[in-house]
Amino acid sequence: MNRTLTAERTETLVGPVSAVGPAGVARLLDGPPDLSSHVARLGRLPDRGAQLIDLAQAAGLTGRGGAGFPTARKLSAVAAGAGPRVVVANGTEGEPLSAKDKTLLVRSPHLVLDGIDAAARAVRANRRILCIERGNPAVHEAVRIALAERNDRRLEVVLAPRRYISGQEAALVDLLNGGPGRPTLDRPFETGVSRRPTLVDNVETLAHLALVARFGPDWYRSVGTPADPGTTLLTLGGAVKTPGIYEVPHGISLRAVLAHAGVGPTRAVLVGGYFGRWLPARIAESLTISRQSLGAHDAGLGCGVIAVIDDDCCAVAELARVAEWYAQSSAGQCGACTWGLRDLAAATGAIHQGSPDPRAPADVRRWTAMVRGRGACRLPDGAAAFLESGIDVFAEEIAQHQAGLCTRPDRHLLPTPTPQPWP
Amino acid sequence: MTRRGLRLDPIGCDGHGICADLLPERITLDDWGYPIVDPSPLSDDLIGHAERAVTNCPALALRLEKVLDAAAR
Repeated sequence: MNRTLTAERTETLVGPVSAVGPAGVARLLDGPPDLSSHVARLGRLPDRGAQLIDLAQAAGLTGRGGAGFPTARKLSAVAAGAGPRVVVANGTEGEPLSAKDKTLLVRSPHLVLDGIDAAARAVRANRRILCIERGNPAVHEAVRIALAERNDRRLEVVLAPRRYISGQEAALVDLLNGGPGRPTLDRPFETGVSRRPTLVDNVETLAHLALVARFGPDWYRSVGTPADPGTTLLTLGGAVKTPGIYEVPHGISLRAVLAHAGVGPTRAVLVGGYFGRWLPARIAESLTISRQSLGAHDAGLGCGVIAVIDDDCCAVAELARVAEWYAQSSAGQCGACTWGLRDLAAATGAIHQGSPDPRAPADVRRWTAMVRGRGACRLPDGAAAFLESGIDVFAEEIAQHQAGLCTRPDRHLLPTPTPQPWP
Repeated sequence: MTRRGLRLDPIGCDGHGICADLLPERITLDDWGYPIVDPSPLSDDLIGHAERAVTNCPALALRLEKVLDAAAR
């Protein structure tokens, strides 16, 4: 069974309360989605113009699409470009485990739309585009209703193919320029949509930006840590009792997050989704949701996915399936990615099938090291981190597979949708 | 001072492998025949070989680019 997360369950963990702006940590997902409730709760979006860049800088806002790039630097780079500029809000969220952007668009569409407007004013853009993945009627409908409420007829809504790689920044620009949606070597902030300077920001990033525009950097920093201020959306999945979307302050312990979602005896935690790393449970439970804490174990929050593998689940089956998903997700442009991910999938699959060949795990290690940094985008790097950490964390189970002794059921906890074929 | 280093366009590269023959000091081939390029600044004695590797790439996927010396960083 392919257990895909739904965007139904949303909860907020308790944290420090601030006096101005939305109280507590329910910043992004608090309140009904309609325009009058939105304005009643948060007030109208003030026009900060280019000053918003300084506010984002002071707030320490970073991108929530996975790369964690400082938002102010991206805004500055686009604002410094020549000619009319473009703002693209990326709500494609092709990472199979992640549902936080879809949830945000359904629950708080006006916050995202405010963020697009604020960013467009900051970089003086005259074109605004919102990209969402095809085949999500709830998201589509929420956006349609919100735009009608705002009487906004100029925002372009583009449906992107259901294909992880087409949500990559340069690939999305390629798609918007009429291409197939493959990564390119262009840098969107210089050469983006219609070859104009283009800001591509994740929708959660833009929602935070809309709050920074209203309530300022001090309010933004009133929760979280000095190095990782504010809140973040997490998608909790795998072997947890209440999977779903959680808004948490940065700095909260992973143990508290997992306890809230409800976990049994945990073997390992995938931190950062398919582009993150596997950590043994005893290590994961000692960490906090912050760059420093996770970074000490080469992990990062990525797009905010946390997935749990418990004792009653064949992890090698999950590794093999996601390795195959990676191979299918390659755009087939870069040699090391095209062939490397294919061979990594084959080797991981062989381990799962019980091949006693002792070289298979060594092959996986060799090829993960070989593909890293070799693509035009970070797809091979993601596969490398996922598989290299998986081979280490599940070494014992891999030995069981090689001896034909794994008795754990394949529960298919990690979804692996087939990418939409290339045109 | 600025020196030059090799840059590979991984999309353009077709894995002909000629570059690795011409500059084995800096370019090796991976298990699939695609070049792994060391991007660090080239010493004077390697520049001529690097230029040959660049001009002989059938895919025009290799180029020389100014890079900052590690010492100057």
